[in-house]
Amino acid sequence: MSADPPTSPSSAVVYPRWLRISHWLNALAVPLMMGSGWRIYDAAPLFAVSIPREVTLGGWLGGALQWHFAAMWLLAGNGLFYLTVNLVGGRLFRRFFPVSPRGVLADAVLALRGRLRHDDPGRYNQVQRAAYLFATLDLVVLAMSGLVLWKSVQFAVLRDLLGGYEAARLVHFVAMVLLAGFVALHLVMVALVPRTLPRMIRGR
Amino acid sequence: MPRPKTDAARPDAGSILKEARKLLAPRLAEPSRRTFLGSLTLGGVAMLSGCSLNDGDQVERALAAISRFNDRVQGWIFDPDALAPTYPAAMITRPFPFNAFYGIDEAPAVDEAGYALEVSGLVADKRGWRLGELRALPQVEQITRHICVEGWSAIGRWGGVRFSDFLKRVGADTGAGYIGFKCADDYYTSIDMATALHPQTLLALTYDGRVLPREYGFPMKLRMPTKLGYKNPKHIRALFVTNSNPGGYWEDQGYNWFGGS
Repeated sequence: MSADPPTSPSSAVVYPRWLRISHWLNALAVPLMMGSGWRIYDAAPLFAVSIPREVTLGGWLGGALQWHFAAMWLLAGNGLFYLTVNLVGGRLFRRFFPVSPRGVLADAVLALRGRLRHDDPGRYNQVQRAAYLFATLDLVVLAMSGLVLWKSVQFAVLRDLLGGYEAARLVHFVAMVLLAGFVALHLVMVALVPRTLPRMIRGR
Repeated sequence: MPRPKTDAARPDAGSILKEARKLLAPRLAEPSRRTFLGSLTLGGVAMLSGCSLNDGDQVERALAAISRFNDRVQGWIFDPDALAPTYPAAMITRPFPFNAFYGIDEAPAVDEAGYALEVSGLVADKRGWRLGELRALPQVEQITRHICVEGWSAIGRWGGVRFSDFLKRVGADTGAGYIGFKCADDYYTSIDMATALHPQTLLALTYDGRVLPREYGFPMKLRMPTKLGYKNPKHIRALFVTNSNPGGYWEDQGYNWFGGS
């Protein structure tokens, strides 16, 4: 299944095909979920702020709900695929561990000074490991809290775990903000290290 | 915060169409422009806004198909024995929010003297029900959370006849697919039989220990803590048991039909 090379010869595929497909499906699903979610949020804002209508998806609440509950299948299916391949192949442990707060801090300082080396793309630095693990975990939290908002009676255990329906709303919102932060940082990093973009398309 | 659906849910149709035409016009070749814009519907524009997909109708159809698929998934997930949480009286939301597709002053005033609930379709006993007769049936009460499709929720206390008891009493065909409701405010909706038979589904006649007030749906509301607010009809005038999906006021405009939680 996984074409992930344990060692990296010069022509090696850095990002295997399944990973690239999964990445771009996510790049489609996340804006659909976020844009429609913002319109749903605007129907009954949790806080004093509303999302500008221009950046939302769906036009009206009913349209936004249709987008949200359609794109959720893409996000969830793709997420399950990504997690399964990563766990079964052991890639999760090879690529993302070890990771430590101290290591993340050290690499973040190097990065801010412009001294972080990017010459082995097959190896994630500590900041990347932490960021990608965070994004994965955050998406799991978004999916779980979303299930509670969708089906608070049917998924009672999950609902109680999150502290009830209203608490799940808050969790869903905060997790969305954090994911938006990740996406923003991710896009800035691609702009700063642009050679990673063709690599995520062609694989090498 | 809760608000009337009139403000929140529907964009101003005219201004949206105008905006969309302005945005789309430069992208279309001259000869085809007129025909395309001529067939541009509000629904299509709604789907278009915020993204650059340029076949609104197809997108709209695909989204509607997925919504119907989601109806089936929800029917499958629905556990007839799973109960919604109930709450102590201290947790009731006061005042309980008014919510409808019109303002509170426009809520219909139904006259009890001339009222009888119409029952039709796949039922053995089609006679009408006066409020006094319904009040004479065994009553139950529950404090549950009402969840609006907009996201907000509020806890309220409803009492009335267990709907499954009522359906048995009128000899309803509980193997049928749907129950449809027609309301005094011209609202209409429908539910699946499994939800109709759920033990917490009430033909609510009271709110917070008093006769159901006009703003909460006098003379009766179908209260289902397993469904979103728009699936809970108020001011019910008639109900019917059927095997063809009767749709609903919001559902026909794009809200998910099952709308369960």
